[in-house]
Amino acid sequence: MGMPYYVSPEQMMQDKAEYARKGIARGRSTIALEFLNGILLFADNPSTLNKISEIYDRIAFAGAGKYNEFENLRKAGIRHADMKGYVYSREDVTARSLANAYSQTIGDVFSQEMKPLEIEILVIEVGESVDGNEMYRIQFDGSILDEKSFTVIGGQSEDLTEALKSRYKLTSLKGALSICWTALEAESEDDIDPESLEVAVLDRSSKGRQFRRLDLKEVKKYLNK
Amino acid sequence: MTPFQLNDPGSSFQDLLSSSQPDLILNRIDAKGAFSEGQNILKTVPHGTTILSLRYQEGVIICGDRRATEGYTISERRIEKVYKTDETSAIAISGAAGPCIEMTRLFQVELEHYEKLEGHLLSLEGKANKLAQMIKANLPMAMQGLVVIPIYAGYDLKRKTGRIFKFDVAGGRYEEREYYATGSGGRDAKGTLKRMFKPNLSRDEAIRVALEAIYDAAEADVATGGPDMLRGIFPNVMVMSKKGVMDVPDEDVQAIYEEILERLREGQ
Repeated sequence: MGMPYYVSPEQMMQDKAEYARKGIARGRSTIALEFLNGILLFADNPSTLNKISEIYDRIAFAGAGKYNEFENLRKAGIRHADMKGYVYSREDVTARSLANAYSQTIGDVFSQEMKPLEIEILVIEVGESVDGNEMYRIQFDGSILDEKSFTVIGGQSEDLTEALKSRYKLTSLKGALSICWTALEAESEDDIDPESLEVAVLDRSSKGRQFRRLDLKEVKKYLNK
Repeated sequence: MTPFQLNDPGSSFQDLLSSSQPDLILNRIDAKGAFSEGQNILKTVPHGTTILSLRYQEGVIICGDRRATEGYTISERRIEKVYKTDETSAIAISGAAGPCIEMTRLFQVELEHYEKLEGHLLSLEGKANKLAQMIKANLPMAMQGLVVIPIYAGYDLKRKTGRIFKFDVAGGRYEEREYYATGSGGRDAKGTLKRMFKPNLSRDEAIRVALEAIYDAAEADVATGGPDMLRGIFPNVMVMSKKGVMDVPDEDVQAIYEEILERLREGQ
């Protein structure tokens, strides 16, 4: 006969959180950083599978941790946004509502399922001015952090955040790229290569869909590599 | 609002819409009874009229007049019948205005949705096939008078050429090699296109041919609007090439029509 056992809720949550944190820290980091004309998304990602994606006209997504888990969330976000934009109007799709939906879903999984999601995601919206930008960082337990200037998810995010803190200033796209590059270089044990970067911007000066990927040529040009 | 879906319903927005909000798909609505017997639906719902497309040296041009009619009444002078659908293609619509505009919106979202989920664009042929399926799904509505007949044109990035697709009510999809026109003034426009079309027209020549065709259609067909100099309303023209989709500004269209009218005054 098996022994009945008891695990306190505190213990259970702590174990789950530790499990999720470990999973997320194994990967590499993604940075979102505000610059004069928009928001830069900068991922250390040698794979061809994307960590950064377009969600809607002014909204982008970035995921860290387990690919299949955040990829599912990415798709759910696009469906949510496209549906809302179709039923109402394009301008009614907001990052705040999307971040709330994500937070609910991720929080429910954390409290109800055995295995928490080993992910951390960003929902970013570029505003009409720098003050209008919104950057939501949503953690594995569903908690939302409303970030300013820059934010980091995945990998050794705390170290990278420190490295960015001393370097950050509101500057051009070229300047923003070089801030991310030098911070990442300072925190990496190995050499980093422009070829292993995934870079995109939400550019408020463009019309309609403001998400744009930067190809290798463009990244190299901005970084003088 | 739509529940936040974690199961995978695929990459089609139309499928997503019909599974989560079926009441928003027009063809699910039974319009029988909405119109009493003997009442002509053509007199109750605005209809769109002459649309055309022709290929030129670097791509393809698509064009539509601006008039919508309810029976013999002009219901709209400024309606737009030409819409950009993505970075390489555009659609022109004829038929019942409401379902036409709704199908265009759904088609635009469908293309963008697929691109974002899959991370790459559908081929031009894939887009044309998708549109054909949407027209086929509208068949029950078409049988009740709410017809949607578009022309779809775009620049095929793989084949490096402009392409024109026409459709029938049952969802048949056919490719035209040179030019095509449809709508109530389509016959007249086609006459002009037949007379003036040459392979490898330049961009400016092709725009002029398109505008001449609309002019001739407007002369012969009551439901087609010609250039309205008084109010400054002109047909919509879009040009598609490898550079993308370009809207021809009203001022340029006006200038061409002034030349055409000048020529007609001189009786040439």
